[in-house]
Amino acid sequence: MPGDDALVLTAEEESMLAGEQGPATAMCMRLIVGVARANGAERLVPIESAHADGCLYHGVAGLEFTERLVSLGARVRVRTTLNVGSLDLLHPGLVRADPEVAENGRRLMDAHVALGCEPIWSCAPYQSGHRPAAGSHVAWAESNAIAFVNSVLGARTDRYGDFIDIAAGVAGRVPYSGLHLQRNRTAALVLDFSAVPAALLDADVAWPAIGALLGELAGTRVAALTGLPGDLNDGGVTEDRLKALGATAASAGGVALFHVVGVTPEAPTLDGVLGPGATTVPVTAHDLRRACDRLSSAATTSLDAVSLGTPHFSLSEFAALARELRDGPSFAPSVDVFVSTSRAVLAEAEARGYADAVRDAGGSILTDTCTYVTPVLRDGIRTVMTNSGKWAWYAPANLGIDTVLGSLAECVASARAGRVVRDERLWR
Amino acid sequence: MSGSGDEPVTLSGRSLHPGAADGVVLALDEPLSFWGGVDARGVIVDAHHPQRGVTVAGQILAMQAGRGSSSSTAVLAELIRSGHAPAALFLAECDAILVIGALVAAEIYGTSLPIVQLTDDDLARLHTGTHAAVLAHTAPRPATVIAKPR
Repeated sequence: MPGDDALVLTAEEESMLAGEQGPATAMCMRLIVGVARANGAERLVPIESAHADGCLYHGVAGLEFTERLVSLGARVRVRTTLNVGSLDLLHPGLVRADPEVAENGRRLMDAHVALGCEPIWSCAPYQSGHRPAAGSHVAWAESNAIAFVNSVLGARTDRYGDFIDIAAGVAGRVPYSGLHLQRNRTAALVLDFSAVPAALLDADVAWPAIGALLGELAGTRVAALTGLPGDLNDGGVTEDRLKALGATAASAGGVALFHVVGVTPEAPTLDGVLGPGATTVPVTAHDLRRACDRLSSAATTSLDAVSLGTPHFSLSEFAALARELRDGPSFAPSVDVFVSTSRAVLAEAEARGYADAVRDAGGSILTDTCTYVTPVLRDGIRTVMTNSGKWAWYAPANLGIDTVLGSLAECVASARAGRVVRDERLWR
Repeated sequence: MSGSGDEPVTLSGRSLHPGAADGVVLALDEPLSFWGGVDARGVIVDAHHPQRGVTVAGQILAMQAGRGSSSSTAVLAELIRSGHAPAALFLAECDAILVIGALVAAEIYGTSLPIVQLTDDDLARLHTGTHAAVLAHTAPRPATVIAKPR
């Protein structure tokens, strides 16, 4: 493996690296250039926006890095939205953070705002007004948002994470490598769903199951999915399904881009996205059932809580929940129900009465953060039902609880019954 | 190892982040997400990972690739700061998420965690328990790994 340094910088970029635009820009450029050299990039590419997830507290290192940038006078030079933090700043009573996280998590969020970022505090920025144009280059962090912006919006980001996201916002450029390059956006693998019954694909729970299977089979490779229904102009149904699919695929694997043939913008036809030597894997209903079962670790039907909204609930998901709740009984007192969403979506959900429908049934709405990244659930909670494949994937390790993956309707029925209720008709 | 078994083997890789280290290899059977997969003391806690309960702290961690959340960057930087990071990372695929964790720790704390990209075949030679020494120059220049089976 020869190690030729192929990277060529523009005069402007050399000046930034040399510190002529201040020490903060120089530090951010050192990170961008360090990654470019590791990636073997030949140049950098200007970006139109960034989405940063370094505002979630993981320890002192992230705080010291961000406060260093603030003290050096850094400001983002492109639109940069912020992912979830460790605290719900609107509903502070819901998060039971320990004193370190409460103090440092708040400082970390404040430091990101001081850099000029937009405090939308959401892991679904694409449903809170940040929707880059197809073909534009962006630097997005948060694995579900990366998968969505690449796959569903057709913008181009590589897999960015903490630090490089904010560095890209400050420097306004990223390495021209990975998924910024057209040649890396073709499918190495085809998953064919044409043998799966249409009724199953019409069930919301099929989509995290598809994502889990995709993550398992694709790893970090780009896949094309054929035989799936969808229309991105159907008022949010397809978009929310692909959001669930991508979030689970990015958790169970390293999926950053997938194409749904006939649905997503880069894949009007299979031929147009097929990479050389791509293999095809036929998928059955049984495969999806198996993938769904693997996201459920609970062995009993006892239930302590239900968590919805990972990634953050959209307005159309709120509408679907409000429909489920209409004219029905409240949630069982023994089951805590949480819906995580963004401030922007909550404001819309308030205006349409969806938020009150959730509260009237006994649920709580959390903003700015999420129930599996910060302490929200009561001590002693053992089994949690969710409609999110991503939540089901990470919560057992993060929170030490068991999970049950179910449809939205199953989650509501279970919350009302006080125990896990399954609708086996979905799988017949 | 190729050959008779006990002879040290020298492998050439590509540096992804500079540094030098010496230690015992922990070869992961599956990729690992640091975020959600490793606790604050460097113990693997991912319920889906076959090596759950094993510590990565101070080990030379060999794996095909990183996996999952982009927050792994911050978790790696924090493990470096707190002294619970692996001694080095050997990967078959370049993983920018991990490289950035090492770059930031170098900026803020002056540490230098070597990250080396090896071929699939060379990575497969590095079994758990193998003793290895690594010297990685500035990316993307070469890195040298000397491996000695126990």
